[in-house]
Amino acid sequence: MRAVPPLLISTVVAASGCSGNQSALDPNGAPAIHIEHLIIVIVIICTVIWLLVMGVLGLAILRRRDRPAEDPISEKRLTTVVSAAVATTVIIIAGLTIASFYTTRGIGVPEDAALTITVRGQQWWWQIFYASSGATPGFQTANEIHIPVGQDVHLKLESTDVIHSFWVPSLAGKQDLVPGRSNGLLLRAEKPGVYRGQCAEFCGLQHSHMAIMVVAEPAADYERWAAAQSGNAVIPAAPDAVAGQAIFMAKPCAACHTVRGTSASGTTGPDLTHIGSRQTIAAGLVETTRGSLAAWIADPQTLKPGNNMPMVPLTSAELQNISAYMESLK
Amino acid sequence: MKDNVVLDLSELPPHGLGTASQSWWGTLAFMLIEGTGFALSIVVYLYLMSLAPRWPLDAGPPDLLPGTTLTALLLASLVPNIFLARWARKQDLLKVRVGLIVMSLLGIAPLILRAFEFPAMHIKWDQNAYGSIVWVMLGLHTTHILTDLIETLVLTCLMFSRHGDNPRRYGDVSDNTMYWNFVVATWLPMYACLYWVPRI
Amino acid sequence: MTPKDNREIRDTAFDAAELERRLAATWTTPPGLLGALSTVDHKIIGRRYITTAFVFLALGGLLSLLMRLQLAQPEARFIGPDRYNQIFTTHGTNMMFLFAVPVMQAMAIYLVPLMVGTRNIAFPRLNAFSYWMYLAGGLLLWIAFVLDTGPDVGWFAYVPLAGPQYAAGKRADIWAQMITFTEVSALAVAVEIVVTVFKQRAPGMSLDRIPLFVWSMLVTSFLVILAMPAIMIASTSLILDRLVGTHFFNPAEGGDALLWQHLFWFFGHPEVYIIFLPAVGMVSTIVATFTRRPVFGYLGMVMALIATGVLAFGLWVHHMFVAGLPRLGESFFTASSMAIAVPAGLQIFCWLATMWAGKPIFKTPLLFVIGFIVIFVIGGLTGVMVASVPFDTQVHDTYFVVAHFHYVLVGGAVFPLLGAIYYWFPKLTGRMLNETTGRWVFGLIFTGFNLTFFPMHILGLRGMPRRIYTYQPEMPWSGLNMFISLSAIVLAAGFLLFFIDAIRSARAGATASANPWGATTLEWATPSPPPSYNFAKLPLVDSLEPIHDDAFLPAAIGLRVDRRELLITSVVEAAPEARESSSGDSIWPLWAALATTVALIWSIFSPWAVVWGSIPVAIALIGWFWPKDVPEDDS
Repeated sequence: MRAVPPLLISTVVAASGCSGNQSALDPNGAPAIHIEHLIIVIVIICTVIWLLVMGVLGLAILRRRDRPAEDPISEKRLTTVVSAAVATTVIIIAGLTIASFYTTRGIGVPEDAALTITVRGQQWWWQIFYASSGATPGFQTANEIHIPVGQDVHLKLESTDVIHSFWVPSLAGKQDLVPGRSNGLLLRAEKPGVYRGQCAEFCGLQHSHMAIMVVAEPAADYERWAAAQSGNAVIPAAPDAVAGQAIFMAKPCAACHTVRGTSASGTTGPDLTHIGSRQTIAAGLVETTRGSLAAWIADPQTLKPGNNMPMVPLTSAELQNISAYMESLK
Repeated sequence: MKDNVVLDLSELPPHGLGTASQSWWGTLAFMLIEGTGFALSIVVYLYLMSLAPRWPLDAGPPDLLPGTTLTALLLASLVPNIFLARWARKQDLLKVRVGLIVMSLLGIAPLILRAFEFPAMHIKWDQNAYGSIVWVMLGLHTTHILTDLIETLVLTCLMFSRHGDNPRRYGDVSDNTMYWNFVVATWLPMYACLYWVPRI
Repeated sequence: MTPKDNREIRDTAFDAAELERRLAATWTTPPGLLGALSTVDHKIIGRRYITTAFVFLALGGLLSLLMRLQLAQPEARFIGPDRYNQIFTTHGTNMMFLFAVPVMQAMAIYLVPLMVGTRNIAFPRLNAFSYWMYLAGGLLLWIAFVLDTGPDVGWFAYVPLAGPQYAAGKRADIWAQMITFTEVSALAVAVEIVVTVFKQRAPGMSLDRIPLFVWSMLVTSFLVILAMPAIMIASTSLILDRLVGTHFFNPAEGGDALLWQHLFWFFGHPEVYIIFLPAVGMVSTIVATFTRRPVFGYLGMVMALIATGVLAFGLWVHHMFVAGLPRLGESFFTASSMAIAVPAGLQIFCWLATMWAGKPIFKTPLLFVIGFIVIFVIGGLTGVMVASVPFDTQVHDTYFVVAHFHYVLVGGAVFPLLGAIYYWFPKLTGRMLNETTGRWVFGLIFTGFNLTFFPMHILGLRGMPRRIYTYQPEMPWSGLNMFISLSAIVLAAGFLLFFIDAIRSARAGATASANPWGATTLEWATPSPPPSYNFAKLPLVDSLEPIHDDAFLPAAIGLRVDRRELLITSVVEAAPEARESSSGDSIWPLWAALATTVALIWSIFSPWAVVWGSIPVAIALIGWFWPKDVPEDDS
């Protein structure tokens, strides 16, 4: 079929999803709060220093000049003043270094956390692995991390292709995902909410569209979510979704995507077992609705040029059915 | 602006030698550049080694014979090289000619030995990072032997031409001997790194 | 006195007019195309270098306007991601490698020989060669960009994105080989400057009488010599990984992605000081002239230059604070990165003290210096911020850092450079830039710069990453981005006015006298622009300010005029040691540069180019050095 009308695309893009609060100045996680305090302290000190220097500069160039300039006493006084200024610089610099060091200490290390989630960066989406815990078996999802509020979470950061950087500024500073290495990041949300982040290390064509959502929720909600995610996909009931499933399995879709509980077990693209439950698709590009799913599936290269999902030719009816199936995968 | 003459430079020599020549300092500066390059290549070797689970990666330690022979030969070549430098300082045309021929031969011989050094590493450049760095280190040093050899050959031709007997040429020969000392000196840490670090 | 040897013609034999005529006959580049291609006159090559660098500045500026067009609105579709990635990569690469470093070295090529009172730079043919290499590297990058094969991996070319697996085609190779071109030329110029400063200073210019600009270029040249080999090793390894399958950066075969970052930043951080230290020298020179007194704390300024140069090699890891290195190591680099604020602070305090004690004259060069202090202090303070590991984890790779390094590089280097152009324009061209236009240029650039770049600090803290070709409408960034894009027009207008003023004044500006500003360094002791031989009689130096108000310039005689001859002096005391010839014009540096260009570009495609391509290079070099029966080649 031909590409979806541009109007639909622009509507989808304009209406797209939750922005969260992607700001270092709106911290809701312990590490980010520590850092925000440091930011405020350093910025205030530096502003004062700048104002002082500007004051001296202004006086130096505009002051009245009645006395002779080559006065040896004034030369000596200059030496004293400049030496004092250098000494002050040393003291301030030392203070800031120590403050910085204590902030690092205050943030702590991720390895002590009870919950470990593995995040694997890919061009241009996030693959998420939850290990099995208790009765809940391990499972895989994409572009959306759920964490229990008020608990330390250890993110294990890896990459399968190029370097990415995990950054959800409201919760913590960033950390790179380096192929061949494994890095750790401590995450801890103090308040329930959806926190948006995005890849911060240039990673190619769609570096701009590689967002991630962190959903922080009360422990009970989190447990419920994890239990649901670990299960197989729901079996579609509505006729369009049933038809959609058949098309999904027959077309190339299943070669790249997994829908647990079906024959689709591709590993190139995101696991779609519960895609209908995720807030956004295509790594934070658009909100998950039947319309946005249809727009995306119809022509992924227009919405996110260069990404690895090809355009699969579908009739209008096939497109509607597949979108219905995807939406049903709660 | 008017000037008043207070200094007469007529009695100065018309060409500076040693530290009074620009080319001496220029050679030194280029040695600093290349020395930094050699040092960094050793740093890369040690860095890769620090990451590897075992070292050398997928290969035994290199055979000692070709590299050690080459090291001995390079060290021995310092003797005629120092003599050549002395003769160049004395501007003794005949001895300089002989010295340059000897040094040309002593530039070719290590290249032959070097051809046996690469296989003695028991690894190719495209097998793993260990192979890559040892080939690049050997290659980097070979380039220096080669460029110095070409310079020596050109100087040999010059000294047999009508341009030869000239203080400027002796200065060039002298700078060339300094550069050869550098080529030999930089090899020693590389030899230790390539052949003995994997045996620690 | 009479020459001992009748064949040698000395300057003692003639009156002033005849001496100048004879010197001109020996030193002047012949007219015509061959003369232009063969010249080794440091002033002609220096002007060429400066002009070329400013052309690259203008081109790089156009790219930034394209980026601002694309980012003015969310999800704009003016430029696609592929082209945008080429644009920001070419912008950064161009500004760092084709503008900032070369323009500073170019100023030194022109000024250092004049300021130390000699007749040409050391190794003048190498100087010609370095220019051709620089031009070839610049053309390589820009032709590739125009042909839509410009590098698209960032000016830092992180692997594996730039490696064989994820950067298909030749784009990354063009980036890596462009590095080779510019590094060869930068290293060559560094060697020339070191030897010129060490061995060609005017008699009496002992270490404590070297002008601060010359000191800054000496330290800069050592930074080039020690830092650039790292990027040469890195870019060569990258090309080898891509061309012959080595595994330096491939973790699957024992390589490491972070090895690239270590090598790149071991060069890349000193690179910042390679750009900034010459600017420090320019500021010191301008401050001294326009406050009518020597810079306060000469010794401290020299020590600060050297300390900055040393510390510059201990900071590279602060570009890798989020790469996952051990925490203890990171704390060390926080301390060292903060520590570099001390010499920087010392320099600022010394300039302020100089202005305080002197009588400022508010000509355009001084305005740019004042603008420099206002902006650079902000850049320095945000530098202290990003030196802190926790702070950096929030702002690294965001627009905060974009703001920071533009404050440092534009504020810290381009403002002093523009001041320096206004200051030395009479010496470069023999004409003055327009003072009224200069004030407008300063006003527009100062206002436009701050309006453009200051809001980027806020964008970064509010979550906007770097190197994105677009952002989504729901992100709260559109307003500031539109504001920034509009401000960029003001900034661009300032630069446009500067270029118009420069071109117009070079043709029809007011004629400049030898010393229009009443300055005290040696370049002002010779006409504007200087004759081909720089000084008819070599000046002597007896203080830090060799040009006294009413004094005659003490001079030396006894050099030959029938060959290009200059004076070699000792390193510390600058006592005369020897007369030395200086190479004549030659076409061989151009041939050598062309042969090297062919070999380097060919080697992107085949490793055998290194073997076969080096044969013409060797032939050209032999042609270059083989004696030609001219007096310069003999002793």
